[in-house]
Amino acid sequence: MSYLDNILFAILLIAGFGFFASSIKKIIRNINLGVDVDRKDNPKARWKNMAMIALGQSKMVKRPVAGALHIIVYVGFIIINIELLEIIIDGLFGTHRIFAPFLGVVYDVLIASFEILAILVIFAVTVFWIRRNVIRLKRFINPDLNGFPKSDANYILYFETVLMLLFLFMDAADLHLQNVPGGFSHFHKAGSFPISQFIAPIFNGMSNELVAILFEAFWWLHIAGILVFMNYLYFSKHLHILLAFPNTYFANLKPEGQFDNLESVTKEVKLMMDPNADPFAAAPVDENAAPSKFGASDVQDLNWVQLLNAYTCTECGRCTSSCPANQTGKKLSPRKIMMDTRDRLQEVGKNIDANKGVFVPDNKTLLNDYITPEELWACTSCNACVEECPVNISPLSIIMDMRRYLVMEQSAAPMSLNAMMTNIENNGAPWQYSQQDRLNWKNEN
Amino acid sequence: MSESLVVPTMAEMLAEGKQPEVLFWVGCAGSFDDRAKKITKAFVRILNRTNVSFAVLGTEESCTGDPAKRAGNEFLFQMQAMMNIEVLNAYEAKKIVTACPHCFNTLKNEYPELGGQYDVIHHTEFLKSLIDDGRLTVEGGQFKGKKITFHDPCYLGRANKVYEAPRDLIQKLDVELVEMKRSKANGLCCGAGGAQMFKDAEPGNKEVNVLRTEDALEVQPDIIAAGCPFCNTMLTDGIKHKEKEGQVKVMDIAELIANAQDL
Repeated sequence: MSYLDNILFAILLIAGFGFFASSIKKIIRNINLGVDVDRKDNPKARWKNMAMIALGQSKMVKRPVAGALHIIVYVGFIIINIELLEIIIDGLFGTHRIFAPFLGVVYDVLIASFEILAILVIFAVTVFWIRRNVIRLKRFINPDLNGFPKSDANYILYFETVLMLLFLFMDAADLHLQNVPGGFSHFHKAGSFPISQFIAPIFNGMSNELVAILFEAFWWLHIAGILVFMNYLYFSKHLHILLAFPNTYFANLKPEGQFDNLESVTKEVKLMMDPNADPFAAAPVDENAAPSKFGASDVQDLNWVQLLNAYTCTECGRCTSSCPANQTGKKLSPRKIMMDTRDRLQEVGKNIDANKGVFVPDNKTLLNDYITPEELWACTSCNACVEECPVNISPLSIIMDMRRYLVMEQSAAPMSLNAMMTNIENNGAPWQYSQQDRLNWKNEN
Repeated sequence: MSESLVVPTMAEMLAEGKQPEVLFWVGCAGSFDDRAKKITKAFVRILNRTNVSFAVLGTEESCTGDPAKRAGNEFLFQMQAMMNIEVLNAYEAKKIVTACPHCFNTLKNEYPELGGQYDVIHHTEFLKSLIDDGRLTVEGGQFKGKKITFHDPCYLGRANKVYEAPRDLIQKLDVELVEMKRSKANGLCCGAGGAQMFKDAEPGNKEVNVLRTEDALEVQPDIIAAGCPFCNTMLTDGIKHKEKEGQVKVMDIAELIANAQDL
């Protein structure tokens, strides 16, 4: 082997990781467009959440079939990545199965378990594909997914299958050459091949040189495929394999029923209720002045955790399938809220890229151009979507922030809600009853 | 209902220099809605029977602001919250019980940041504690052997993870407690939350309360137990929609307990 291979491999690796790093940088930049919110408290509970929910998949298994299959693919992904380390070292230094001499029998066990996992992943991915394309589960044929999202989901499944097949065929070719009587080239005996031993016979009758070329081809396609797949993440819902971890760490720890109290409002209400406040006083000059806007009409008004949520969402649709509004035919789909938020954030990010780091208003907003008031008003705030999300995303918090904008900035609540609010203002109850009659029930029969 | 209700107010208590064991936050529905008033009275009958020292704010109570907040009107919510907190703090309220999960959630979770720190419990938790402390004994009475299913209110269940207290109470009645296919953390909303109670639903193919009523009817209960005045209304409407009002009743847990004791 000349050094050409090693150099080519290094270039491929640097390009793959370099491009990926620039994507990650963009994601972080975009997430930071959000308003600040403190999620550094209680690290113990946060680590625990991450360990249980992201690493331990505790919420995934609430739907046992999808949960079990997902664990196979997830464990496969993590374990098979150990092999990736060896592939990278082999590629850079022109070695072959460099770990084998050091690990001895452990190496055999490792390779064997990679192979078994690979075949299990292919099985799980096939079932996933059937669920999407043959059984057509409701949450997978929902119109939210029309267009790219639907293809995206299938591309991921194809990618994973092809990568696993390349891995197994690579092993099979290797095994064939390892078994050449008297040995062949650098293909020394290493590894144990419980699955690929059944593939190896297809190479019988081929020349050793041809099989060696095929091995090289499988090896290169496999590692190149992984690098391409890694870079595909940025464009795909598959980003969750990385972001599920920070997302569960930074997720809300408070009771689901507790909605945040807007601090900017608290200041104003306190001023209003202070009998000593001078109503004509000029507004105090404050460097850290409260935002001039109440609620959210665009992605920059949301907080960074909500934006992280949007990138993390893998569009599984458990939220939407549990949403009472969606189940009764309303337009609201919590999954769409997350997908729209990400799409708009990507659009804003591209705008910033195209305009030398500054966002130039494009006469579009998340509200209206992506999410309609009709969707927002259909929410019952029941928290089913939040409870369902396997990675603790909160579509509800975005819905609430946008309702706040509609009501406090645009006075655009439905008529009947305005009547309810007027009643609360005037007589302290959502209906038109006098506060003086509040205890009348005591004497009624 | 021979004996009349004894409902002292915080003002009366203060005049006598007394502090009640618990402040009963009645809520708007409990004060004004005809159906919910029955729940309020059932709860008070239990409080009276067990000699719990309690008081209400009466005409000094005002909406917690929950529907305004969920509708997006944070201003109105905080105005209400701060006015209520002033009143509650003036009476040095410590422990608050309420039969409305929306009031419960708001008082418990959203008032502390605004200066209102109280020990807030739902009436099902309170009744459970009365039983645990031996102050209230419950027998099945008229409900013995009946099939009862419990609908988890979102703001009690998912929002605050109170799932067991209401079920424990139902089981004290010697009844058959049956779970709907979706219950506890997976419970389906009745359709009233998030200020939906006060507006028409968006266009769709079904009402949420009808869907939830169907869940309940699937288990063929004699009674659907609720722990929220709004759920109660929604499910009662659902039962009417399904023309089952002859067979299935919707009752609050406080009513079940009170009626079982012939209070």
